Amino acid sequence: MNPFEYARPTTEAEAIDFLNDHGGQTAVLSGGTDLMNLLKRDVVQPQRVVDIKHVSSMNGIQRVDDGVLIGANVTLDQALAAHELVEYQSLLQVIDGHRSIQMQGMGTLVGDLCQMPSCWYFRNGYGLLALKDGASLVEQGDNRYHAIFGNSGPAKFVSASRFAPGFIAWEAKVRVIGPQPTQEEFVPLEYFFATPKTNTQGVTILKPGQLVTHVWLPIAKPTMKSAAYEVLESNGLDRPQAAASVCLNVQSDIVREARIVLGHVAPTPWIAHEAARALVGHKVTEDTVSHVADIAVSRATPLSMNDYKVQMTRAAVKRALLRAVDQLDPELV
Amino acid sequence: MAERKVTWGPRDKHTLIGKSIQRIDGVEKASGFAKYTNDINPPGTLFCKLLVCKHGKARIKKLNVEAAKKVPGVHGVYLFKNEGDTCNWDGDIVAAVAAERSQVAQDGVRAIEVVFEELKHFVDEDDLAAATAFKETVETDGKKEEVSRAKDLVDRTVGDPDAALKAAEVVHEGYYGINTISHMCLEPHGSHAHWQTGEGPKLVVHHSTQNVSGTGGQFATKFGLDAADVRIICNYIGGGFGSKFAADEWGWAAAQLAKETGRPVRLMLDRATELKTPGTRPSGYAKVTIGAKKDGTITVWKSHHWGTDGPQGGTIDGNQMPYVFDFENKVVKSTGIKTDCGPNRAWRAPHHPQLCVVTDCAIDDLAAKLKMDSKEVFLKNIKQLDKVAAQNSDLYVAEINRAAELMDWKAKWHPHGEGGKGSVKRGLGLAINRWGGGAVKGTCMVKVHPDGGAEVFLGSQDLGTGTRTVIAQVLAETFGLALNKVKVNLGSNAYPAANPSGGSITVGSVTGSTRRAASEALWKISDLVAEKYKVAADSIEAGDGKLWSGGKAVCTWQEACRLLDNRALEVMGESPVKDGLTSVLVGGCQMADVSVDTDTGIIRIHKMVAVQDCGTIINEMTAKSQIYGGVIMGIASALSEERIMDNTTGRYINADLDTYRLPRIGDIGEIVIDLWQPDSEYNRGVVGLGEPPVIPTAAAIANAVANATGVRVPVLPMTPKRVLDALKGARA
Repeated sequence: MNPFEYARPTTEAEAIDFLNDHGGQTAVLSGGTDLMNLLKRDVVQPQRVVDIKHVSSMNGIQRVDDGVLIGANVTLDQALAAHELVEYQSLLQVIDGHRSIQMQGMGTLVGDLCQMPSCWYFRNGYGLLALKDGASLVEQGDNRYHAIFGNSGPAKFVSASRFAPGFIAWEAKVRVIGPQPTQEEFVPLEYFFATPKTNTQGVTILKPGQLVTHVWLPIAKPTMKSAAYEVLESNGLDRPQAAASVCLNVQSDIVREARIVLGHVAPTPWIAHEAARALVGHKVTEDTVSHVADIAVSRATPLSMNDYKVQMTRAAVKRALLRAVDQLDPELV
Repeated sequence: MAERKVTWGPRDKHTLIGKSIQRIDGVEKASGFAKYTNDINPPGTLFCKLLVCKHGKARIKKLNVEAAKKVPGVHGVYLFKNEGDTCNWDGDIVAAVAAERSQVAQDGVRAIEVVFEELKHFVDEDDLAAATAFKETVETDGKKEEVSRAKDLVDRTVGDPDAALKAAEVVHEGYYGINTISHMCLEPHGSHAHWQTGEGPKLVVHHSTQNVSGTGGQFATKFGLDAADVRIICNYIGGGFGSKFAADEWGWAAAQLAKETGRPVRLMLDRATELKTPGTRPSGYAKVTIGAKKDGTITVWKSHHWGTDGPQGGTIDGNQMPYVFDFENKVVKSTGIKTDCGPNRAWRAPHHPQLCVVTDCAIDDLAAKLKMDSKEVFLKNIKQLDKVAAQNSDLYVAEINRAAELMDWKAKWHPHGEGGKGSVKRGLGLAINRWGGGAVKGTCMVKVHPDGGAEVFLGSQDLGTGTRTVIAQVLAETFGLALNKVKVNLGSNAYPAANPSGGSITVGSVTGSTRRAASEALWKISDLVAEKYKVAADSIEAGDGKLWSGGKAVCTWQEACRLLDNRALEVMGESPVKDGLTSVLVGGCQMADVSVDTDTGIIRIHKMVAVQDCGTIINEMTAKSQIYGGVIMGIASALSEERIMDNTTGRYINADLDTYRLPRIGDIGEIVIDLWQPDSEYNRGVVGLGEPPVIPTAAAIANAVANATGVRVPVLPMTPKRVLDALKGARA
């Protein structure tokens, strides 16, 4: 671990101030479940770590007129217990899928949205794009856990966020502040993620001096049904190899609106627009979900070793849809 | 006087031996009072960090550590390699820096000026064609030669395999493999070393070792000391699994840095280096052809396997293929692949788990082809065993039948591929094992104090498996004392030289020597008691804190020991070899009940049954613990655990606890253990149990998956990727 300064702001303005120094070579710390690993392996080397845990405006979950605001310091545990979130089943299911008590206790929802890819080339020091002499290590190497969508450019890792698919399906926004002290913007989460073209670009649109303070969820209408399905190999600390989150507006058993978002299959969360459109106007049955899942993966472009992820993703979509309408075999949950 | 013979005595008279008894050091361990090498931290200790090679293979073009030495707080640098040397694998250690704190040592490592020139590497362990094609020039005795990375090792033909194959009523051909795994000791390899002046040994090393008595000499030779000048201490160890028998260069580095700096030095490998450098288990991939009669009787075995054990160029042992079974007609070939991967070391039952996968999976596939019950095909061939296992053929039948009973095999069995209508299929599998586990030479000293205190000293070690506890049980049982009235001293080479702990030899070695020494001590005390209390010496028995004769209490243990006339009684005991206290050779059978989600490729273990003999059992609880541990390690290598080498970079890319996947408690299902212990087992003496239970687990699980789905997942671990790839391949 490289030496770094440690800063502990108590207000959002102070946090922005601290983040802006050192030409923005700074990092935000809340739960630290990802940052600490990156620091220890020298994968990131910020000159200052800004600990936001003492910025009280970023604590807690609150109902607002048009929805719910979740602070950047809210841990998975706190979210699981929050009555404000009981209608957002897909998100609670993902918390439940974090079968690590440590991760539930320390990790934050906003931190999850901002975490770096788990690509082993990146974590072993080959940079975000894992290029060596201009060639992609991922393309010619071991890409079993890499992207099957959106992988034609230099970025072939998968977005590490487990909550982004659920939040995006719910049409969530993130509140971004900085780099100017008074700057504040609510960004639809689906536009928050970015696919880098160079090693120095990040995986989100955040610029130096900016941070996410909250994530906002719209009011859940009574006809909205949501669910997630993550393909997890282990009953412990694990990351999904494919995942899907769905949010459906179901009236008289007919789907009126649908959003299907895939996780861990592309450098960003991957919205399956076409598949979602195919579901609208239909009942959710074994047959329709099979058809919709086929559409969701029909444009997949697997790499040399990850064709299996296409099938996994198909299964995740089917199961998330069935789970949303309580038709999933409980043994498969 | 009747002949005095050391025996385990009648089974039903024991109050401690054979019972389920919690580890006597459990509280120390659970509470953190137990000090592992990684905890040794006297004032002044310096801490080390390592510079390692991060290429598949590389030459060190430049190496300058002067800047590192100037980092404030850095006190010393030890060079494992010099400028111009070659690093032979990712993780090969170049230098260690000792500093006031580990973070400062890391700053020192960062300050080292090092330039690597990457060399061509080869790390592709399952591709025999690529290994054969990969040639490089090797110079021996001035002669240059083009050498391939693949080398044929075993090529053995018995009987007339070709004729047998022609005559076979059914022929099965299959491909099987199991990847390399690391030892993944939770406590990494390492040492704490300090030099002292004045009385006592000059060099004191707390060393994380399975070989307390055998390591001192390796330090002594290195530093020009007498062996008497080196003290090795290891009271607790956080895992070794066969990889911790040597001083190792990092042990020497700690001692050298301690010598140069005049300070105690602790050097523990970091997690990535721990996975890459101090040993792995070799891989093996095999093409197998079996010929058989329609009733399942195997008439011919043909196999060719290859794989790697790293720079040595070996693979799994061809001389033991097929495993447990043996057939009149066979051809066995093996080809070793030399790779630029980390080296191998003994891994819990060296070669056996891999051999078991190749053999028992092939036999299971034959059963599938014959549409027979796998268990029946195993039983059909149970008379065709190798010379070692043949001594146990009746035992195998009994153990397989017992396991089937516990698994409810008959009710649950279905033909291969008929695992259910939904996407989740369920199936059963079995596999069998063999192991030696006999005792080796070693010594202990039992000491009885005039106040009745009793202790034993021996330079053995407790790997966490309960060695202290079983020794205490034997000592207390022999003297008729409560368990907490005896003391066990181990973990130091100051004590009488004892066994290393490998090959499942420990329990026989330490309990045998302790029983012998304690019995002789008891006889001496009995003689004194006989004289004083006028009873026949050979009528005296110890129990319940007293000495008894003819069913009457003669005196208390303390009263008896007072007869020692103020001088402690010390008796040396030799580890037994062929004296009835210990024996060798076990069989064993495991069965698996699993389900396979054919949509996601995820396998879940419902139930494992392990039936295992091990001779006289000293402690039922710790014996069962060994089996739990073995089965869990077997589940790991069946489902998730593997070293992943990246062909492009030549690196071990999953060398961390995140991507080197081990099962969690929720992944292991129900494990049912049956210790096979009829009187005939008790009567044959103690046999070690460390290794056998890890052997058949992976093969049993692989066979259960094949039974569930009707598709063989050829290479282990059976990750979701490999399951889905196999299912897709079968549909194509």
